[in-house]
Amino acid sequence: MSALEIHQLHKSFGSTHVLKDVNISIASGEFLILVGPSGCGKSTLMNAIAGLEPITSGEIRIGGEDVTWRTPAERDIAMVFQSYALYPSMTVRGNIAFGLEMRKIPKAEREAAVQRVADLLQISHLLDRKPSQLSGGQRQRVAMGRALAREPQIYLFDEPLSNLDAKLRVEMRTEIKKLHQRLGTTIVYVTHDQIEAMTLADRIAVMRDGQVQQLGTPDEIYNNPVNVFVAGFMGSPAMNFVDAVLEGGRGNYALRISTPGQEDLVLPWPAERDTDALASCVGQKMLLGLRPEHFSEAVGHSGAGTAMAAVIGVVEPTGADVLINLPLGEGEVTARVGPDCHARPGERLELQVDMRRAVLFDPQREVRLA
Amino acid sequence: MSDAMSRGQVIRRQTPAAKALRGLLYAVLIVAAVAYLMPLVVMLLTSIKPLAEITPGNLLALPRSPTVEPWAKAWGEACTGMRCEGVGGYFWNSFAIVIPAVIISTLVGALNGYALTKWRFKGSNLVFAMMLFGCFIPFQVVLLPMAQTLGWLGLASSRSGLVLVHVVFGIAFTTLFFRNFYVGIPDELVNAAKLDGAGFFRIFWRILLPVSAPIIVVSVIWQFTQIWNDFLFGVAFSGHDTQPVTVALNNLVNTSTGAKEYNVDMAAAMIAALPTLVVYVLAGKYFVRGLTAGSVKG
Repeated sequence: MSALEIHQLHKSFGSTHVLKDVNISIASGEFLILVGPSGCGKSTLMNAIAGLEPITSGEIRIGGEDVTWRTPAERDIAMVFQSYALYPSMTVRGNIAFGLEMRKIPKAEREAAVQRVADLLQISHLLDRKPSQLSGGQRQRVAMGRALAREPQIYLFDEPLSNLDAKLRVEMRTEIKKLHQRLGTTIVYVTHDQIEAMTLADRIAVMRDGQVQQLGTPDEIYNNPVNVFVAGFMGSPAMNFVDAVLEGGRGNYALRISTPGQEDLVLPWPAERDTDALASCVGQKMLLGLRPEHFSEAVGHSGAGTAMAAVIGVVEPTGADVLINLPLGEGEVTARVGPDCHARPGERLELQVDMRRAVLFDPQREVRLA
Repeated sequence: MSDAMSRGQVIRRQTPAAKALRGLLYAVLIVAAVAYLMPLVVMLLTSIKPLAEITPGNLLALPRSPTVEPWAKAWGEACTGMRCEGVGGYFWNSFAIVIPAVIISTLVGALNGYALTKWRFKGSNLVFAMMLFGCFIPFQVVLLPMAQTLGWLGLASSRSGLVLVHVVFGIAFTTLFFRNFYVGIPDELVNAAKLDGAGFFRIFWRILLPVSAPIIVVSVIWQFTQIWNDFLFGVAFSGHDTQPVTVALNNLVNTSTGAKEYNVDMAAAMIAALPTLVVYVLAGKYFVRGLTAGSVKG
């Protein structure tokens, strides 16, 4: 049975349509991430699930029950807020127990629940402190503790890590993943950070302008994006988009890339990845999507890809690997090569492109063709 | 921000011109302080002098034989109009009016501010704008309709009637205070409590009110001084036995039988002014802190 079902949900503020026909269904124990740029409606969707914002039309079911018109308190959900929203006048203990107290749980049970989550999150020594006496990471833990104490059907996380510094964010990310694996809870998690989305999610819903662009596993979203937006949003550095003209015919398509001042580059399209949509596009301009890691240094490799060469623009070593900017087509592309590449700007670099993982888009409609 | 900056110290070379300017600044401040304090000093000195020392003497001369006689007379014997019982009874009248009026108007203002910021409804901004309008209505305009209303309610010339008038007038201000304070409190706090299962009053009582101390102090001081110092409503809507001290003071000073007893007048004025002074001295720093509380991130 689905833990959460969202059916044809619409939401408007006056004449602005902020959520358009959202349909999502997640299984019990699943970790769903809503990701998208700011203003894409992901936080509104989360507030709608929580019952903090009334929806215009549609249906929300939790554990099979229609909760569309129930108050937040009646929905059996808990939420971790971006600002943590800890009650400033209460101790950590009071904060964690408040939800249980409101639900008239006997005192002894409340104490036991507080102790359980305090042990789980290693905050037992903080129980008698006020939120103002805690560090950012500790507040984050308490906010999660408050949610965990109630053991609801669904947990909602609203950008919970965005107020932490970079190092702590990575630590807490791992911790949340561990908690999810250990407790098997159902989580809906909002973030604008695509790395958080990739690392944590069982499934990701990429949103833009109030619409779910694609709903799928991290692997599907990353390697099989349905449109230019999803392809460009996920991945860092972002996917390179290169203008290319489709040539040839079924079984031997190729893409011709014209770079000013250089000879045209012709990249053969792998025959096993032909689609019917390509047939009507021969001779037309396409958008070729190549991720930085689809490029590799040609030296010492046995050619798994198509060879190409270009003059290096900028070299950015990151430690784990080296990012290289090179002109290709009308613009520049970023290639990710191994850390032992010692190429310098202005030099000519031999590369190969792995076309088996490349994607093709219609440049006008921005949808996937192959 | 560096330590020096946060303490308001600006590092600057002390040139002679800068020192001279600094001296001038202090001189101006001292003159202003003296000018403001002088009336209080004159009142205090006059109130402990026997009448014989006042008529020929100079206002600032120290008393040769200080006495509390004028204070005792002002409190218990001085004539206010036809009666000669001092201002003591009216002093307690004022408290009996001020205390309930302050408590009720502060509580209602807090609830209004909470509802207007955390439970927004269609037209809530319009409601707030109309309440704000109440801050600018001159007292004189409502005198007659209010007298009529109090008559209908059977509260004419009673302390309860005065409490009602002050509550009605005070709510505009207290609502403004609390609304502006609660606007700065994150909505997520209220949302978290809603998800935890708390309702309208529970959230107010358990979450909002415990963090409202600074603005409660502001509201209490403001309302206390406003209501305590009120003369117009006091004189218009009170009976003989329910007059506040401000009205009694006026009657005392204007009573024209016998010689003018300046020392008693001054003592009575001091008595009437003391409670507001005490409130400011005790809670003044919280007042300033509360007024600026919204500007500092907690």
